[in-house]
Amino acid sequence: MTLLAVTPTALQALWLILVAVLWIGYLVLEGFDYGVAMLLPFVGKNDKERRVLVNTIGPVWDGNQVWLLTAGGAMFAAFSGWYATLFSALYLPLFLILLGLIIRGVAFEYRGKRPDWTWRNRWDWAAAIGSLLPPLVFGVGFANFLIGLPLKDVAILNGATTVPVYAGETLWAGGLFGLFSWFGLVGGITFVLVFLTHGAIYAALKTKGEIHDRLMKLALKLGIITAVPGIVFVLGANIRKMLPGQLDSLRAVAWIAGILLLVLFVGAIFFVWKGREGIAFILTGGTIAMCAVMIFAHLYPGLGFDNTGLKVVLDITTASSSPTTLTLMTVAAAILVPIVLLYQIWTYTVFRRRLGVENIPDDVDEPVVVGG
Amino acid sequence: MNWSEYSRFVGDIFGAPLALEALIAFFLESTFLGLWIFGWDKLSRGKHLAMIWLASIGTLISSIFIMAANSWMQNPVGATYNNGRAELVDFGAVLTNPIFLAQWPHTVIGAFMVAGSFIAGVAGWHLAKQAKKATPDAEDVSAYRTATKFGATIMLVAGLLIILTGDLLGKQMTQVQPMKMAAAEALYTTETNAPFSILTIGSLDGSKEVWSFKVPGVLSILAGESTVKGINNLQADYAKTGFTQADGSQNTLQKEFASKLSTLGVNPTPNIFMSYWAFRIMMGLGFLTMIVGAWLLWVTRKGAMPKPGKLWTTAVWILPLAPLFANSFGWIFTEMGRQPWIVAGVMPTSFAVSPTVSVGDVWFTMIVYTLLYGGLAVIELGLMFKYIKKGLPVVAPVEQIVDEDAPLSFAY
Repeated sequence: MTLLAVTPTALQALWLILVAVLWIGYLVLEGFDYGVAMLLPFVGKNDKERRVLVNTIGPVWDGNQVWLLTAGGAMFAAFSGWYATLFSALYLPLFLILLGLIIRGVAFEYRGKRPDWTWRNRWDWAAAIGSLLPPLVFGVGFANFLIGLPLKDVAILNGATTVPVYAGETLWAGGLFGLFSWFGLVGGITFVLVFLTHGAIYAALKTKGEIHDRLMKLALKLGIITAVPGIVFVLGANIRKMLPGQLDSLRAVAWIAGILLLVLFVGAIFFVWKGREGIAFILTGGTIAMCAVMIFAHLYPGLGFDNTGLKVVLDITTASSSPTTLTLMTVAAAILVPIVLLYQIWTYTVFRRRLGVENIPDDVDEPVVVGG
Repeated sequence: MNWSEYSRFVGDIFGAPLALEALIAFFLESTFLGLWIFGWDKLSRGKHLAMIWLASIGTLISSIFIMAANSWMQNPVGATYNNGRAELVDFGAVLTNPIFLAQWPHTVIGAFMVAGSFIAGVAGWHLAKQAKKATPDAEDVSAYRTATKFGATIMLVAGLLIILTGDLLGKQMTQVQPMKMAAAEALYTTETNAPFSILTIGSLDGSKEVWSFKVPGVLSILAGESTVKGINNLQADYAKTGFTQADGSQNTLQKEFASKLSTLGVNPTPNIFMSYWAFRIMMGLGFLTMIVGAWLLWVTRKGAMPKPGKLWTTAVWILPLAPLFANSFGWIFTEMGRQPWIVAGVMPTSFAVSPTVSVGDVWFTMIVYTLLYGGLAVIELGLMFKYIKKGLPVVAPVEQIVDEDAPLSFAY
């Protein structure tokens, strides 16, 4: 049995880090707009309040979402073997995420297009459910990467002795329901709760008046609730058997990141309690980033697959693209990622003002709120 | 998701343009569109205008990368067979692929044609409504006339450019995918000074022609070759030498892979019925759009008003639909005409699918997507008609707002 087909090159290691960076961008940024949208039907008591919430993320959610597309694209370009096996293995879970992304995207656009409350309330629920699905599924997914997705050798399976014409040797061997272990579920619940807290803090940071005060109280409650599955998730992530090829040094990195993320999160709760949502927001952002670091430290070199007993392993070396492609992509990423960061930061400064109900322009025919 | 073995085989080449598309184009589009929509009272006029330009440029860049990727599937250049997959050798070759250079402008101009027709259709509908009134609103009439003429001009100019680029693409396609051109023409046997078929009916097994009406010599002109190879001859060629381009050559990847393919027993013929008709519907609807565009310009010349009536109503309804379907059928043609290949002459489509995704999974997702998008389409059309009927909004000057408690000029 081979642990690593060959020693990973510096380029391959760099790309695993870059993929992690793109995931961090996605989870930290879109994390809060998922959170805000999930809270929409619960926090917004009337149409104006809901519009305040939608408008805190209105100008930025679309740009945030591109971090996910870019992370997926980078996985495809840099580790096509990873992308190939993983995205087909998780076909139905990824389908659920796509459904969520489709309905939440149109929900923001459509809600204001008709004056009746039933219409708007329905789209707000669509936005909430559409924003619940991605973190839930990603949470379950990442938890399963830590467990190690089971693989099979197709060449062996079919009794073939030669390498197939198209090199599709290592495929997923698991089943859909195998993903829902207790740890998988903890992962899903933790992701949803962390994003809810992160979103409540972001919304508090972007609002003023009565709705702001209510969001602060809610963020405190959510933070305390989140801490429970959070601790279980961090312990469960780090106390587990070594997958083939894993390094002790990276396991140590994962432990440090795990403890650090708990400290950052407790800090965030503290600052929410102190009424300092700005610092709290940076700390929940840091929590999410550290969580990604913890997970990706476990993904070296097996990319979240369990290669035990395989003839042809699927890892960072065998899944990787050629040095030509990796070099091309490195140059592109080195130039473009900083530019993207700069103009996205600028966007946040353009929309830096807090919003209150007084900032929401009157509707020509504002609906009479029946429920709420 | 559905194409794991395709992704594994071509990811080294295909992944790069997609990642670059996300990194360059998608970020540009989404970020600056958000700034434009919500930035009316936050940015100066010039800056605000720059936002929509950046979003628009992002969209155009997006089309470059996605078309480069698709063109590579039609003509896999700049690659070599290594480590059991296609590997990138020359990214420059991928971006200067002759198919890409013709197919990209052809597709993008097609998109402009749809946009132009949509504008002309909506504005033309309003213009006729104004013409019916006893006292038309002068400001509205002027706006709708300008928009109608603008859209119609785009339709006409885009149409001419589409013919030019389509001609170029046809010649390239005849060279790199001779079977696609033969199928598009239902040309069964090789002919010199080949005619262009107006209508061909083939036998049920798709191996020979039963009856046809043809214009002599035109296909040879379209293809840029005096001799155009027929389907049956190309099949015989494939059985003998494997996949070759019209002049008998192969690109590096096709050459390196030929010996492995010979054992797979691939039938190199696409669905002739679909290729033949999709090709004709595309061209027919494209020409129809141009004719309607020219007619609109004629009717609205020198300040004349259109005559409201059945003819005009039909025209404004045809407008957005004709080029939309022309584009769709163009894609159906180029993708179905490429079959049985997902990568021309290298990878058959049936070998590209995900072995771990079951037929049931595919059916399930297909049905849910169809229902979801069907439902959204109904809502989308309903909203679109609502806003079209509303007509032009009252123009209100927008200023940068300093007061923190003032209402925003735009909010969801």
